[in-house]
Amino acid sequence: MSEEKMLVDVRELKQYFPVRTGWGKVLPLKAVDGVSFTIRHGETLGLVGESGCGKTTVGRTLLRLYKPTGGEFYFDGELVTEKNMPSLRKQMQMVFQDPYSSLNPRMTVEDIIGEPLDVHHLYSNKAERREKILSLMETVGLNAEHATRYAHEFSGGQRQRIGIARALAVNPKFIVCDEPVSALDVSIQAQVVNMFEELQEKLGVAYLFIAHDLLVVRHISHRIAVMYLGRMVELADADEIYDHPMHPYSKSLLSSVPIPDPRIARERRRIVLSGDIPSPLNAPSGCPFRTRCPYGQDDCAECMPELKEVESGHFVACHHMEDAARMKEGVQLR
Amino acid sequence: MSEDMPKKNPLSLQIDLKKFEPATEEEKKQQDVMSKSTTFFRDSMKKLFRNPLAVFSIIVLVLILLVIIFAPMIVPYGYSEMLKFNGTKDKTAMNLAPFTYSVNEQKYMAEHGVKLFPHIFGTDELSRDYFIRVVYGTRVSLAVGFFASLIVLVIGVLYGSISGYCGGRVDLIMMRIVDVIYSLPDMLVIILLSVVLKELLDGSTGIIAKLGTNMVSIFIVFGMLYWVGMARLVRGQILSVKENEYVLAAKSIGTKSSRIVRRHILPNCLSVIIITTALQIPSAIFTESFLSFIGLGVAAPMPSLGSLANNARQGMQSYPYKLMFPALTICLIVLALNLLGDGLRDALDPKLRK
Ligand SMILES: Nc1ncnc2c1ncn2[C@@H]1O[C@H](COP(=O)(O)OP(=O)(O)O)[C@@H](O)[C@H]1O
Ligand code: SF4
Ligand SMILES: [Mg+2]
Repeated sequence: MSEEKMLVDVRELKQYFPVRTGWGKVLPLKAVDGVSFTIRHGETLGLVGESGCGKTTVGRTLLRLYKPTGGEFYFDGELVTEKNMPSLRKQMQMVFQDPYSSLNPRMTVEDIIGEPLDVHHLYSNKAERREKILSLMETVGLNAEHATRYAHEFSGGQRQRIGIARALAVNPKFIVCDEPVSALDVSIQAQVVNMFEELQEKLGVAYLFIAHDLLVVRHISHRIAVMYLGRMVELADADEIYDHPMHPYSKSLLSSVPIPDPRIARERRRIVLSGDIPSPLNAPSGCPFRTRCPYGQDDCAECMPELKEVESGHFVACHHMEDAARMKEGVQLR
Repeated sequence: MSEDMPKKNPLSLQIDLKKFEPATEEEKKQQDVMSKSTTFFRDSMKKLFRNPLAVFSIIVLVLILLVIIFAPMIVPYGYSEMLKFNGTKDKTAMNLAPFTYSVNEQKYMAEHGVKLFPHIFGTDELSRDYFIRVVYGTRVSLAVGFFASLIVLVIGVLYGSISGYCGGRVDLIMMRIVDVIYSLPDMLVIILLSVVLKELLDGSTGIIAKLGTNMVSIFIVFGMLYWVGMARLVRGQILSVKENEYVLAAKSIGTKSSRIVRRHILPNCLSVIIITTALQIPSAIFTESFLSFIGLGVAAPMPSLGSLANNARQGMQSYPYKLMFPALTICLIVLALNLLGDGLRDALDPKLRK
């Protein structure tokens, strides 16, 4: 894709879940179907899309929590396989969506954050372990006296900080953040998002930042990828995708973002999608979006549109870009 | 207070901002203070001891335990010892009522001016002290209940956790085996097994001979058949705990499977395991009593609560108390353990937590 060595280089990632339907019939549920993207060192790629479109599955498959059905994943130039994954786990980590179920209720904060240290033998004695844990807690803004407490004693925001400290314990280069703020109060969301940014500045980690709140992603991401039904439909710089979305789905997604200025908001035309997101078990043929696309034509049903570079660094998967481009004037975004 | 605050209209209902002052650093700190740190276990125990029924059962069980441990040291009679007078069997000591002495004993006490140890529950038809027999019977019944539950616990937890953690095809096959075992008629198996074992083990000595082949077959049957309920429960619990994101988090860290089971999954299944075991003990006692009652229990002269009740059946009209004592003891133990199990369930259930 480029001359620069990418930290994360995912090519045609596929994840099919076998789903039993009735009497012994097993169908593949194509949760992720041929997704490719790259992330540079210290970069944040935002990943957005409706619930159920496969964002979480992308993140989990990268970390081999699921065995991928197909595709390649190069991490720092190295092809990730079953064999070298155990050692690579020290370099990539995950922050989970639900701060309530992602921390073991029977473990103290100290043991939760200390677990990666235990597993990878990252200390030589008890004192060093404790020191490392306390410094991690300080990094994410927790008091040292919280170390001996249990997770159920904390608020959602504090729990998410514990989860972040656990992810940081092995000093990773890459963290998958799976909707890390969606379960939090809006007032707390900002704090946690800012913390992610500060950590990136300080430690140089790269994020795959999954969210369905577009404002949050825009704030933190350098580039943004839009997914629909297990496929990537658009990928561009964060500002570019907000100012000039090209794929009909991204346009509708962005037109649903509330705008703080009522004058602009009144002028804007909202694109309301009709119909529901189809089940990934029987996705439409050709373009997955065609059942809801206002520009859908006959050829959309025939073949899958490729993700093409339309402008420099702006990738779109749609057969009828001209129509979509015409729409550019019709919708006022921003 | 700063001076640039708007002046308050005396008629306005607006809160007078001048009445507020900024919080000091110390006061701000107070916002951070959390409730005292407690572990899950300590919290649960506190809750358990606030439940009067559970406390009552614990007291009853402790009392029974104290009696069966210390009574044989204090009471000067043996469970298989017939009362003797001048070296021969005291014929007058048969079927005594509670707290009475036989004619010979009364004579002896009058002559020597001493007081003999009373027969608290009277004596049985073979002139044996009934109290000590009930004490030994309780010992046997409790021991059977405890060890049978231990067998169930170990096998059930191992089997259930392997099945639940592995999932998929392994789980499918293991659970079908459980279904087959579940459908075997347990009483029939016990009866058949004790007949077969009697042939095999006859003439053996030691603990097996003392307990009798029936006891051995009861343990074998518990080990073979009764763990399935526990295995099913543990599997179900593990399947649900496994779905929690903290298990995924541990996997993404690179934690090994054995450590995940030990550190993350089993501790979160512990409450179910504890409760089921607590409820398993009375059920095992009940089974043992029932088997002894129909004559398949411990070998004579070793008493168990069930066989005592069975023997008392014959003279029920004349000596109803002989049925009452073992029956009441069974009831008391089973009731106390069941109430304790219920209390534990309430105390350990995080959903009932305030
Ligand atoms: N372990 C699994 N087994 C079967 N289907 C799954 C599994 N995980 C996710 N799916 C399915 O894959 C699709 C994508 O899910 P997910 O990645 O969680 O979406 P998102 O995170 O974008 O909301 C959904 O249709 C979901 O039902
Ligand atoms: S390919 Fe066709 S159906 Fe798909 S987004 Fe483009 S216009 Fe719509
Ligand atoms: Mg998700």
